[in-house]
Amino acid sequence: MSDYILEMNGITKEFTGVKALTDVSFKVEKGEIHCLIGENGAGKSTLMKVLSGVYPHGTYLGDILFEGAVQSFSAIGDSVRAGIAIIYQELALFPDLTVYENIFAGNEVQRGGIVDWNRTIAEAKKMLGKVGLDVNPELRVRDLGVGKQQLVEIAKALSKNVKLLILDEPTAALNENDSENLLRLLRELKAQGITCIMISHKLKEVIAIADKATVLRDGRTICTLDAAKGEIQESIIIKNMVGREIDDIYPKRANRTFGDKILEVVDWSAYDPQLGRSVARNVNLHVRKGEIVGIAGLMGSGRTELAQSIFGNPKGYRLEGELWVDGSPAAFKHTSDAIKAGIAYVTEDRKGDGLFLIQDIKSNITAANLSGISSKGVINDNEEIKVAGRYKESMSIKAPSVEQIVGKLSGGNQQKVSLGKWLFVGPKLLILDEPTRGIDVGAKFEIYTIMNKLISEGMSIIMISSELGEVLGMSDRVYVMAEGRIKGELPIEEADQEKIMQFATQ
Amino acid sequence: MNLYKEAKSLLKINIREYGMYIALFVIMLVFTILTDGLFMSSRNISNLLDQTGYIAVLAVGMTLVIVIRHIDLSVGFAAGFMGAIAAILMSQAGVPVYLTIPIILVLGIVIGMFNGVFVASVGIPSFVASLAGMLIFRGALLRVTEKSGTVIVEQDSFNALGNGFIPSLAEAGGLHVLSLLLGVAVIFLYVISELSARRNKLKYGFEVVSKGIFALKVVFVSFIVAYITYIIAGYNGFSWTVIIMLGVTAIYHFLTTKTVLGRHIYAVGSNPEAAHLSGINVKKITYIVFGSMGLLSALSGILYTARLNSATTTAGTLFELDAIAAAYVGGVSAAGGVGKVTGSIIGAIVMTSLSSGMNLLGVGISYQYMIRGGVLAAAVIFDVMTRKKRG
Repeated sequence: MSDYILEMNGITKEFTGVKALTDVSFKVEKGEIHCLIGENGAGKSTLMKVLSGVYPHGTYLGDILFEGAVQSFSAIGDSVRAGIAIIYQELALFPDLTVYENIFAGNEVQRGGIVDWNRTIAEAKKMLGKVGLDVNPELRVRDLGVGKQQLVEIAKALSKNVKLLILDEPTAALNENDSENLLRLLRELKAQGITCIMISHKLKEVIAIADKATVLRDGRTICTLDAAKGEIQESIIIKNMVGREIDDIYPKRANRTFGDKILEVVDWSAYDPQLGRSVARNVNLHVRKGEIVGIAGLMGSGRTELAQSIFGNPKGYRLEGELWVDGSPAAFKHTSDAIKAGIAYVTEDRKGDGLFLIQDIKSNITAANLSGISSKGVINDNEEIKVAGRYKESMSIKAPSVEQIVGKLSGGNQQKVSLGKWLFVGPKLLILDEPTRGIDVGAKFEIYTIMNKLISEGMSIIMISSELGEVLGMSDRVYVMAEGRIKGELPIEEADQEKIMQFATQ
Repeated sequence: MNLYKEAKSLLKINIREYGMYIALFVIMLVFTILTDGLFMSSRNISNLLDQTGYIAVLAVGMTLVIVIRHIDLSVGFAAGFMGAIAAILMSQAGVPVYLTIPIILVLGIVIGMFNGVFVASVGIPSFVASLAGMLIFRGALLRVTEKSGTVIVEQDSFNALGNGFIPSLAEAGGLHVLSLLLGVAVIFLYVISELSARRNKLKYGFEVVSKGIFALKVVFVSFIVAYITYIIAGYNGFSWTVIIMLGVTAIYHFLTTKTVLGRHIYAVGSNPEAAHLSGINVKKITYIVFGSMGLLSALSGILYTARLNSATTTAGTLFELDAIAAAYVGGVSAAGGVGKVTGSIIGAIVMTSLSSGMNLLGVGISYQYMIRGGVLAAAVIFDVMTRKKRG
């Protein structure tokens, strides 16, 4: 009998047509801190969702053994009862409830449906003591900082007698001080016998805290490194994280000559009043005519926020700095101004804020340029069908007709509709935010080919991507972002995966 | 037999759209049989349409409000209030009819815009903002009618809007000639527009339905229009209310289906974030939709005051809920982005047909409410089911 608290064997999880996990095995010993690492999209979160029952038993292949017994969780509640707690990057707290209400939310101290608030508060104080958080439990969670909120989450997990604590990028939103506190707490919990799985992108933390580290890549387990054997080192981790060879799914582009600067931002900062912090800080970057500029970085590094702050600032950030378009200063009050200036932005979240899912292909393609198919405000329906048909043809969007509802298309075809919508605007600069997320290799290749064609027609592209292969395969120049700042700028000749990862995990 | 197959598949694909018309047809048929034809009599149909008028124009505006994911509860008492102002302007201030009507319509737009500002710029949920508006207008209506109670309107030209008919020009076999001419003109325009649309499609090289189906559809719709015209011409002809209702429907139908503004409204309704990122000014669209709602509330108030020849202290009570019910029965989706103006008009006619038919049958008011509630629920269930089926 081994003393594994958790064994996941041969886990395979498939989403319609896309394999997110292939035969993954993941073993965690009792009482250790085990880090799970990998690029965005490597399958870490999917694996944790399988474990916690978000994807119920039966929707994946393989076995989960927890404390030696085979488990078949069919909902999150089941895994919680077994003693597994997950703390996600986006905290799942109720901001307007008090600390003690949050700690016992869903697990109320009660008798016959009547809550015993006095005992709740007393218990909450005990839990807060365990995580070393010295706050009044009657404060509203909204009034605590992010670091303290995280501790409240952990206290909540402890109140449920957690045996295995899973933290998904716990320090992503924390400053250095709070991060250190958190790591110290994890060590203390380990001393109390609580096993911990931590998903992290910050390699320094991993090196500081991990007993073991398992690396996932492209939905497969690559290796498990052991600190006791001295295997947890930055170079070894990075090599295993990115190890994939860049194959030739990136079509070649013959002509790489660039014209004048088409866009430039100088000392650009964006403050998000809702989050209460800056999402972009002192950014300097430029794009030349005929150039593909890659912006690499991990999720949450501020790339999308930067792009949107340039593209008419739909989220209403407070902006500082200068924006130059075609050599003259520009200020966009609304996205429509940015579009008029020749900028297009293809969002990373095509279902959330990209497409009109309940509308058909033609309405989506013409949505940003209705004046192109209308005169005096009256739409020419036939012209619209013709235009949409043209894009359907040229981008080989697979659908029976342009009257097909977009929500029913596959991810790749949806992305092409998204792209078609912006090409119909006829932009000078196309900002692509994660252009190939969640689409299969064939469709990726098609999107890359379209990008190259656009460049040859004189367009410029900013490509935001978490996929290093894509960044290296397609860009002419690469910026790396982390924590809202540009941490490095690399001409493509000097860029490689290790260098980018180093900047991104700083 | 191919014709039959094609018709069947077209019906299947468009069942959601045609469902409303089929429901209306069934309701009318049932009442006609139960009342030995009294329901379809010229007089009853004419009355029924006149009763629908002031709710129907509200339902048109409400359709757009619901499409952009909002609601406006203030329209009932806003209509009552503006109807009272109209009555006071005419009977107490001596303002002529031709000035009163535009003043009230502009007032309606201003009131609607206020709602738009609260919702879009201040960020108050429309339910709350318009609930506040409802209370305010209720109070305002009481305030202006408090002294005199009911305000009588003596201007015949104004009252004609609510219960007058278009002139006949000549009499022919007991039928209203101008109404017949209007019906013929509508059929003529309809056939012409269908033909030119078909020709245009062919010019672009698009697929069109077979000639048989096309002919069938044109003949069928023409027949319906002709039949309704014939019935109405048998009484006093088209009333001004019906003409106004048809006019509003035609304008809004064109606006929503053929114009850039209409597209923007539906884009905002189906995904506001995506609309914003597509360069659509979501705030501006919200102002416009609430402004139009205010305009139509004013029109509704005018029609109602004209119909009663007076403004009363309770005018407008529950209009907003009747309008909302009509819109939902007409296939508007609460999730936003889906709904047709024509559907809501049919929805309004369905609801009035139910009351009218049950009144003829002598069904008690208590049962009437329950049955109308049941129909509303059934319509929404039908909508949800057909949507699920389509994925």
